[in-house]
Amino acid sequence: MQQIFNFLIRHKNTLLFLLLLFLSVLFTVQSHSYHKSKFINSANFLTGGVYNWVNDIDEYFNLKEYNNRLVEENKYLRSRLGELNAESSDTIYQDTSSFDNPYKFISAKVIRNQFSNIDNYILINKGKKDSVHNDLGVITSRGIVGIVEESSNNFSRVISILNTNSSISVQLKNTNHFGSLVWNGKDPNIVQLEEVPRLAPVHKGDTITTDGRSYIFPKGIPVGVVDDFELDVNQSYYKIDVRLFNDMTNIGYVYIIDNQNLEELKSLEKEENE
Amino acid sequence: MNKLVLSNITRFILLILLQVTILSNINFLGFINPYLYVLFILLLPLNLDHWKVIIYSFLIGIIIDVFQDSGGINAAASLVAAYLRPNVLKFAFGVSYEFQTIKFYQTPFAQRLTYILLIVFIHHFVLFSFAYFNFTYILEILENTLFSGIFTVLLVVISMILFRKRRR
Repeated sequence: MQQIFNFLIRHKNTLLFLLLLFLSVLFTVQSHSYHKSKFINSANFLTGGVYNWVNDIDEYFNLKEYNNRLVEENKYLRSRLGELNAESSDTIYQDTSSFDNPYKFISAKVIRNQFSNIDNYILINKGKKDSVHNDLGVITSRGIVGIVEESSNNFSRVISILNTNSSISVQLKNTNHFGSLVWNGKDPNIVQLEEVPRLAPVHKGDTITTDGRSYIFPKGIPVGVVDDFELDVNQSYYKIDVRLFNDMTNIGYVYIIDNQNLEELKSLEKEENE
Repeated sequence: MNKLVLSNITRFILLILLQVTILSNINFLGFINPYLYVLFILLLPLNLDHWKVIIYSFLIGIIIDVFQDSGGINAAASLVAAYLRPNVLKFAFGVSYEFQTIKFYQTPFAQRLTYILLIVFIHHFVLFSFAYFNFTYILEILENTLFSGIFTVLLVVISMILFRKRRR
């Protein structure tokens, strides 16, 4: 017994070191697996508060850019509105309540953005109080940003598409061939599209959009254009470099998409599988 | 003694705030960020009990991790640096450090630089190894360690010159 105590006292530093090292390795491993990092999480009042405060100052430097984006988006929406008016003037009246839009949009501000690490997260200033919860899609007017991973009352952590754990189902706009969007950790403007079959006609400059299969993003949200492509080692799938429409280094304001039919769709899918 | 505790607590808080608000967003050439908070580990009193050094270093690391959503990478890196600190001190300053006779700012610059370089590069190497967590990225790990390390060492040396205690 005495010897055990002696051993413990003599090696207390090493034991302490090993214990704490074990903890940090545990946290690191958790952060590398999707939906596991519960403890080490910046969506809390302290860190969120600090970033909010910093962002209040930082925001002023980007006001001009954000204004331009808003004008651009307004212009696009105006032109769509014009088209719709022109269409509807000579069509029969339809009961719009049966065509209810299942997607609800919540606007939010990015208060901390990362893009230089290999696993990047974004912090936004809306949380459970604004009915933001996990697995909601996050987009800007230009394209997709990521998926909400964790929410506190006032803040949410978004797993950016610039994260090696992120994988989003997307398609070629013209042909409906789909694949998954991942990131190799290098250029924050280029992401990789994998598992597109060899049969698909891929050209440089083709537009990539979301395909709506995951129900998180509606179909047709823009992602980027094909920048470069090659066949993988097995010669059966394409590896495509996609240049994002979004400037991931300067995001600003985002929209969170809440699919109101998600529960229904998921329960149906569950029944199918059983 | 109290003054020493107070200055270390102030340094702790200031370095965390500086790190998460400014230094981690520099992204020089797209990916190079300094990790100046290592300065806290470097400047902990040389005669402080080793287990305290380990705990304080772990604390600063884990707080940085919470801010940056990085799991436990900063905590692990700080821990390893703190654990090896006595060995590095012995290597850099010779045995005299063990008799607690040396004052940090009165040591020759070359010895101090050895100490800084070793601690910073140990810290950064562990940091980026854990960040990538996959040795197929060994080139990226070494590249990041080298460039961020140089940046950090520069900032550490500059802040030591700026904030050194004047005794005259």
